[in-house]
Amino acid sequence: MSGRVLVGVKRVIDYAVKIRVKPDNTGVVTDGVKHSMNPFCEIAVEEAVKLKEKKLIKEVVAVSCGPQQSQETIRTALAMGADRGIHVDVSGKDYENLGPLQVSKILAALAKQEDAQLILLGKQAIDDDCNQTGQMTAALLDWPQGTFASEVSLEGDKINLVREIDGGLEHIKINTPAVITADLRLNTPRYATLPNIMKAKKKKIVTVKPADLGVDVTSRLEVLKVEEPPQRQAGMKVETVEDLVVKLKEAGRV
Amino acid sequence: MAIPLVRIFSKSFKQLSRPWGACQAGWRSTSSRSVPDVASHHPAEVVSSFPPLQTYTEEEGMMREAVKKYAQERIFPLVSQMDENSQMDKEVIKSLFEQGLMGIEIDPEYGGTGSSFFSSILVIEELAKVDPSVAVLCDIQNTLINTLFVKLGTPAQKEKYLNRLSTDMIGSFCLSEAESGSDAFALKTRAEKHKDYYVINGSKMWISNAEHAGVFLVMANVDLSAGYRGITCFIVDRDTEGLEIGKKENKLGLRASSTCPLNFDNVKVPEKNILGEIGHGYKYAIGMLNEGRIGIAAQMLGLAQGCFDHTVPYTRQRVQFGKRIFDFQGMQHQIAHVATQIEAARLLTYNAARLKEAGRTFIKEACMAKYFSAEVATLTTSKCIEWMGGVGFTKDYPIEKYYRDCKIGTIYEGTTNIQLSTMAKFIDKEYNV
Repeated sequence: MSGRVLVGVKRVIDYAVKIRVKPDNTGVVTDGVKHSMNPFCEIAVEEAVKLKEKKLIKEVVAVSCGPQQSQETIRTALAMGADRGIHVDVSGKDYENLGPLQVSKILAALAKQEDAQLILLGKQAIDDDCNQTGQMTAALLDWPQGTFASEVSLEGDKINLVREIDGGLEHIKINTPAVITADLRLNTPRYATLPNIMKAKKKKIVTVKPADLGVDVTSRLEVLKVEEPPQRQAGMKVETVEDLVVKLKEAGRV
Repeated sequence: MAIPLVRIFSKSFKQLSRPWGACQAGWRSTSSRSVPDVASHHPAEVVSSFPPLQTYTEEEGMMREAVKKYAQERIFPLVSQMDENSQMDKEVIKSLFEQGLMGIEIDPEYGGTGSSFFSSILVIEELAKVDPSVAVLCDIQNTLINTLFVKLGTPAQKEKYLNRLSTDMIGSFCLSEAESGSDAFALKTRAEKHKDYYVINGSKMWISNAEHAGVFLVMANVDLSAGYRGITCFIVDRDTEGLEIGKKENKLGLRASSTCPLNFDNVKVPEKNILGEIGHGYKYAIGMLNEGRIGIAAQMLGLAQGCFDHTVPYTRQRVQFGKRIFDFQGMQHQIAHVATQIEAARLLTYNAARLKEAGRTFIKEACMAKYFSAEVATLTTSKCIEWMGGVGFTKDYPIEKYYRDCKIGTIYEGTTNIQLSTMAKFIDKEYNV
């Protein structure tokens, strides 16, 4: 199988940052906060670049939907080895309401436009934890999907996949074109070396608007309120199992 | 005053803004696209005519992030052990090359990264936050060895060495001797001319990186009667007969960086291994050390910042007398004072680097940066141990290592007294109307 791989990369708040809810409870504080590429997207990029290095695919195209700053995330993907980038410009209110359904529509449109053989995504984003984009994209395109992938290998025009599921590991074989979402143990993403960062400067990023792809990004969801999780209460120590049962009954847990 | 400044900025930013595909020409667009240090994003960014010193191009910002991550994941776990054993881990050296950190300014044609001097400075600073020994290895390679080859090398010499310097070979700079440190030009290592080769005899001391270096840039005198005008720079390969690398020093700090004496016993060096011109070695040494100075300033700056970054979280957690020790006014004043000193050191260092990139005179400013950063590192590390209390005094915490590492900053690559005297000379000239 030769051809083009689309990799979706999302710009999210850095995993090490302590999240704070905005005082008006409409969302979390993002101004002045460090952002970086979603860790699962990094794994997806790494897998795509690996496939290219094995000469199993020809071109890796990094895609990100968001405001101007999303270009930095694309640039990081380029520094890791992607060939070019597509920035789908979504900003302001549209960006705040951007969710998996709209992104899936965008990715599906791009897959058709770019004649992609494979779409590689992270299994979920660490900000919304939706875990929906990969599945929705596959459904919109009517392509097979291999989600929570911990191993990917290409065999002719089919893909062998190992999925991490609750019961253990599932081995499946799917046709191409397909959508794959990366799980944690798929690989260890490489560092962008300094020479690659320099090379990334020369690679092209093209900006398009959702309307150009015929996608309407209006959201059918409205966020009513965002609040902090309840403060964690201190635990209690008990002496015997009988005490434990009494306490559990008191708390209405049993 | 504004116009010359614009022109200078456009000269230094031109090489950075040109490759951007969808970018307008000129430095303005670069500064409006650059990411400020505290990764904050201003959607409606005001284009400033005079961007703050902590303004980086996107490339510089990405490099800094990449090095930060790499240092934290690949170097940090080994720091304590490398210090204890006085031994740089081979994997660390290998990964430094793999990451492209050893050939930052070398042209990609020779396997280098092809980036700028300021990028080197940022890299050294980030490495020093984690381990100043690793930072000095990277600093010497980039600011002394590579620069000498790039500026003075013949095409044949560049062909032979630059590729290796950017991919797998470390270099050492050999100037100091047992009897000549600050008085560098009183060096006694001599090179006698024979037909088409020279024979070098003498010894060097305090040579960094010597344990692992594959090539040595040796300053030797071809004509001692001509004084310093006989000093010439020779390229000596490690495996040359007669070159003996002595046992490394058992040092207080920067222990993972090897510092060895060298002995030259009738070492034959072909004429084609002279770097630059005969008798011009003293000029090259001064010139390179002026630039290397900024690298050391960056190292001391990173050291201070790294130490500070380990200490403040502790002061915010440690509770005595019912409140965080950070909340005691005495502590707050001390912490704020040190933070100010670090910021000042940063601005001096960044400005010296930008001045050099802009092709303006920078020697006085480089001296100031190195002198000040070394002093700030000493102050910061000393205070940090105090703020940490008893634990700061133990090897279980990284603070005491920074304290030991910082002292060399006031000594090597030009002692503090030499820096001050050099600055005074410039000041004297400035008032010479």
